Amino acid sequence: MKVPEERVSAARFEELAMPLFDQLYNFARWLTQDTAEAEDLVQETYTKALRGFSSFQAGTNFRAWMYRILRNSFLSSRTGLKTMVAIDGEADESILPAETATPETILIGQADRETVQQALEDLPVPYREILLLCEVEEMSYQEIAETLAIPLGTVMSRLFRARKALRDLLCKKSAGGRHGV
Amino acid sequence: MACEQWRGQLDAYVDGELDPADLRVLGEHLRGCSGCAVDVLERVQMKRSVQTAGKLYTASAEFRNRIAGSVAKQIAAKPRRAASLWTVLAVPALSVLILSMAVNWYVGRESTRRQRVYSELADLHVSALASAVPVDVVSTDRHTVKPWFQGKIPFSFNLPELQGTEFTLRGGRVTYLAQTPGAHLIYQVRKHEVSVFIFQDRTFQDRTFEDRGDETASPPSVPVHVLSFNMENWTQNGLRYFVVGDVGPEDIDALSKLLRDAH
Repeated sequence: MKVPEERVSAARFEELAMPLFDQLYNFARWLTQDTAEAEDLVQETYTKALRGFSSFQAGTNFRAWMYRILRNSFLSSRTGLKTMVAIDGEADESILPAETATPETILIGQADRETVQQALEDLPVPYREILLLCEVEEMSYQEIAETLAIPLGTVMSRLFRARKALRDLLCKKSAGGRHGV
Repeated sequence: MACEQWRGQLDAYVDGELDPADLRVLGEHLRGCSGCAVDVLERVQMKRSVQTAGKLYTASAEFRNRIAGSVAKQIAAKPRRAASLWTVLAVPALSVLILSMAVNWYVGRESTRRQRVYSELADLHVSALASAVPVDVVSTDRHTVKPWFQGKIPFSFNLPELQGTEFTLRGGRVTYLAQTPGAHLIYQVRKHEVSVFIFQDRTFQDRTFEDRGDETASPPSVPVHVLSFNMENWTQNGLRYFVVGDVGPEDIDALSKLLRDAH
C-alpha cells in the first residue's frame, strides 16, 4: 500500500487506516491472547497513529507503519514486557540447512486447524508474530523488516527458525496424540 | 548437488521472494527433482495451514463502531475548526499573526506547548473511556480511591465530598504525561463522564502555564475548548489539576470548584 508522494491530509487517515481494522485486531489478539487487552491495544494504535499522522512520510508503507505502532505499543505494555523474550541465536543470520521432507512432515503440514492454532499460541511471541505477518498478513520480507525494525537478513533467519519451531511443536503434538491412542 | 544449492532457497521460493532469474532455474529443477518438489509441497501446505489457522479473531461490531466513531470524531474536530477560522479571519488574522510572531514568538511557543498538553489530555480521556477497563480502582467512595494511589504516584491529593451534588466518582487509574505518573479520576454527571487529571506542577515546562509555581491555589483557567471537549486547569499546592469532558463549561466549572474546595 504505497501512498502517493504528496502530503497526505488528516482526512485521508480514515480512508487508509479503517480498512486495516480487522487485521490489526486479529494481530493484536494473537499478541496479547486477551480480548480486553487487544481492544486497548487497537484503540491506542489508532489514537497514536492519528496524532502522529502528520509525521507519517507520504510514499512510505502505511500498513507497516500502523503495525509498527501497534507492536511498539504492545512491547511497552505489561504483557508485552513479559512475553517478548530474546530468541537464542538471533544474532546468527545464517540459515541452517533445511530438513528434507518426510512422509511424517508432510502429514504435519496437513494438521487440523485447531492443532495449528494451539501450536501458534505455544510459540514464543517473536516467532508467532513473524509467522502471522508473513503467512496471514502476506507481507513481503521488506514490509516485515520495516514493521519489526530488523534487517532483511534477520527476517529470513527468524522466519526460518519460526517455521522450524512450529514444525517441531506440531511433530511433538502429533507424536503425543499417537501415544495417547 | 543441485538440491543442496536450492534447499536454503525453498522458503524464499514459496514466499514469492526469489528473483525472476532464480525462480526460472529453480522451476526447471523442481520439474525434474521429486525430492525438492515434495519439500516445496510440504512448505506450501504448512504455509496454508498457518494462513487458515491465523485468521482466527474478529472484533465485535460494537468495538469496530467505537473505533470508527472516535476516529471520525477526532478528524472532524480538527480540520473543520481550522478551516472556518481561516475563511472568516484570513487576511486580518494573517497580519496580526505576523506582527505577533515578530513581537511575541516566545508567548506563542508556550501556547503551543499548552495546546499540546490539552490535546494529549483529550486523547487520554478518550482512550480511557473507550477502554474495556476505564478505571483500575472501581469505587464511588473517595476514601477507597485516594489510598489506592498510595505508592503508585509520587504525591497525594484530596477528593471532595459529593453528597448533594450531581457528580458521582466512578474510580481512578494511574496515567502518564510527559513520562511522569499522575492520577486520572473519572466522574459521572448525568450520562456524561468527566476526567480529572492531577500531575505535579513541575511536570510542565516553565511558562507552559502562566500560573506555574503558585504556592496557593491559582484561579482556574478560562475554560478552553479542545477537540470538542471543555477543559479547565489550575494549580494548587504544587499540583496541576485538569478537568476534561464533553459536558458544558458550567459542569466543568462546578466539578473544578468542588475539587478546589476539597483542600
